[in-house]
Amino acid sequence: MEEAARRVISVIVINEASVLSRITDLFSGRGYNITSLTVAPIPESRYSRLTIVTSGSVRVMEQITKQLHKLIPVLKVIEHADLVEKEMALVKFPISENLSDISTLCSAYNGNIVNVSEEVIIAMVADEPKRVDYFLSAVKRFHPKEIVRSGAVALER
Amino acid sequence: MQISGAQMVIEALIAENVDTIFGYPGGAIMNVYDEIYKQNSFKHILARHEQAAVHAAEGYAKASGKVGVAMITSGPGFTNAVTGLADAYMDSVPMVVISGQVPMSLIGTDAFQEIDAVGISRSCTKHNYLVTDAADLPRILKEAFYIARTGRPGPVHVDIPKDVTAQIATFDYSKPVELETYKPNINGNLRQIKKAMEAIAEAKRPLFYLGGGIINSNAGEEIRKLVQMTGIPAVETLMARGTLRFDDPLLISMLGMHGSYAANMAMSETDLVIGLGARFDDRVTGKLSEFAKNAKVIHVDIDPASISKLVNADFPIVGDLKNVATSMIEIAKTTIDKERYTPWLDTIANFNKLHPLSYKEDTVELKPQWIIQRVGELLGDDANISTDVGQHQMWTAQFYPFSRPRQWITSGGLGTMGFGFPAAMGVKVADPSRVSINFTGDGSILMNVQELMTTVEYKLPVINIILNNNYLGMVRQWQTLFYNKRHSSTDLSIQPDFVKLAEAFGGIGYRVGTKEEFDAALKDAVEKNVVAFIDVKVHRLENVMPMVPAGGSLFNMMLEYKEK
Ligand SMILES: Cc1cc2nc3c(=O)[nH]c(=O)nc-3n(C[C@H](O)[C@H](O)[C@H](O)COP(=O)(O)OP(=O)(O)OC[C@H]3O[C@@H](n4cnc5c(N)ncnc54)[C@H](O)[C@@H]3O)c2cc1C
Ligand SMILES: Cc1ncc(C[n+]2csc(CCOP(=O)(O)OP(=O)(O)O)c2C)c(N)n1
Repeated sequence: MEEAARRVISVIVINEASVLSRITDLFSGRGYNITSLTVAPIPESRYSRLTIVTSGSVRVMEQITKQLHKLIPVLKVIEHADLVEKEMALVKFPISENLSDISTLCSAYNGNIVNVSEEVIIAMVADEPKRVDYFLSAVKRFHPKEIVRSGAVALER
Repeated sequence: MQISGAQMVIEALIAENVDTIFGYPGGAIMNVYDEIYKQNSFKHILARHEQAAVHAAEGYAKASGKVGVAMITSGPGFTNAVTGLADAYMDSVPMVVISGQVPMSLIGTDAFQEIDAVGISRSCTKHNYLVTDAADLPRILKEAFYIARTGRPGPVHVDIPKDVTAQIATFDYSKPVELETYKPNINGNLRQIKKAMEAIAEAKRPLFYLGGGIINSNAGEEIRKLVQMTGIPAVETLMARGTLRFDDPLLISMLGMHGSYAANMAMSETDLVIGLGARFDDRVTGKLSEFAKNAKVIHVDIDPASISKLVNADFPIVGDLKNVATSMIEIAKTTIDKERYTPWLDTIANFNKLHPLSYKEDTVELKPQWIIQRVGELLGDDANISTDVGQHQMWTAQFYPFSRPRQWITSGGLGTMGFGFPAAMGVKVADPSRVSINFTGDGSILMNVQELMTTVEYKLPVINIILNNNYLGMVRQWQTLFYNKRHSSTDLSIQPDFVKLAEAFGGIGYRVGTKEEFDAALKDAVEKNVVAFIDVKVHRLENVMPMVPAGGSLFNMMLEYKEK
């Protein structure tokens, strides 16, 4: 058996009712993984773009691509080889943590503090998914209360 | 034209040249039924169960090559129809199924007979629609028919809320279908076809592996020609039966789990598999790593996802078989030397001699295989042959002398018991001049037996030949072979009186225990031209052989089973 590697694909679909469930049903029905999925309309068009992070062998990936193509509202499936990939994360810290230390760490990861209230600090980073991982382990010492990740978006170079 | 949604459904069906639909009414679809009542452009056949309505539409579609149409109501009407949708999806049957839905304002409120129909049908249809505005109906219905019959055919489900069927909007069916995201590739890459033909010219032991896609693309004639002019032997899948005439010297037989010894050995020994519209199903390949182990693979299929899904294709060709086969024939004229394969044909002849498809006659009890052969002798090409699912289905595939595509109607991918009778009814509608036979089992027939009423009412004289072994035979066979004869819940000794059952609905019943009785019953049923049950008592413990145990290698066949 061949190794299942992480892969990123983009799917351009007609932006119509239930198109997202067609795609997620296909993944669950055929036993494919979804690590993350992001979706938003493509500006000034009737399309939406999904970015799916998945994993599978070359053969499984080929099937995923072909099966996606078979769905009627799917216009294009892009299997990324050479891509720019970014993901965003928001992290909430207690106000008692050191604001400037957090801020310094954030800037190392293309991030910043986006909100400070009476009780919490919210920081944001946007970077490659691997670097977001590093960031999230680095912030552990500031006792994050809540973390949310967006899932990746990608563009072919 | 300003008309209601319900009227649009009728107009669309007329525009699609639909002559018959099968269905069952109910609250949410009543507006449409009211319009059906008012028209006489097409016929509506009231099945007695929604599942049967859909199978009848399948039978109609499989026999005619046209799109089958079924109509049902929301909730339980729809859920009853799901098995039919799934069956059509697995076997690539072109079909449009229209269901009623609760009014838009009630969707999501757990209204009476509300169920998320498109949510359920999504995974067992080629495509589906929930119509939210009558103005979209003409486009959607036109797309539905187009999608159902083009590319790899399949069922399309259109769910219409009741208020949409009442809504008035403009009906214009003249606009051509424009689907930017759906453009099946039908032509096949010529360079790739040439390469494949070179491989054929160089092969020593090539083998045609013929599949149901040939029937779908109406390429029977082209394939016969291709086989004949190349002199290359062929095996057929269950779904391809009838592609080659039963007496074609190049036809080996069916391959797979219950394929013939020669067919499975040929597949194991070939050096070049020429797959035409076949999808390398697990019932065919057995253990994948041992399947056609030393062979290169040519795979022609209209669905790119079928290619290299299970078996890697060295020569993938995406296209409609009719077109691709036509190109192959052109090239074969100058490149293929028939003589080259003579030694290979001798090898296959030897396989055939070694273990031909056969069965042992019994002096006392009738053998199911004899009955099937006998029907073949008596009716041959004059009958269309449907089946249910089980041993009787496999024996029919093995022993009936098929002579043309679309003569053979069976549920292969889903293996749906209860398919046969309603399908045979749809077949009779599509091809009324031929006898419609349904070979069935004493288990399967009870799964849509209510269609006795429909067939009697509409004078659709389906002849059901019940190969009655008092068992759920196919499951019993597995229990005998693999579960040490623990016949758990497969004994059907308690049975209805099938003769009286048929008579109760106004059909005719025969009980048969001898060959003479069988001949007489079949002759009488054909002559009287009425709905019939022929209840044939057959040997109870007969097994379908050869058999490749599930997951085993094709060349490791059980050839017979000796009672210990
Ligand atoms: C009890 C039981 C036992 C069975 N045992 C066997 C067995 O021993 N042997 C056997 O063969 N089967 C057996 N089956 C059936 C099996 O499950 C499959 O249904 C069958 O093998 C599939 O046949 P196929 O490969 O021809 O594909 P089909 O299901 O007929 O698929 C057709 C293929 O052709 C393609 N196609 C469609 N239209 C076109 C076109 N226009 N141009 C080109 N390509 C096209 C499709 O994309 C698809 O890939 C059994 C079933 C049951 C219920
Ligand atoms: C709807 C459905 N339920 C269960 C099965 C599993 N199954 C496959 S063959 C079979 C036995 C069929 O018995 P019968 O119709 O009497 O035919 P026989 O095998 O005896 O010829 C069963 C239960 C099925 N294929 N379909």
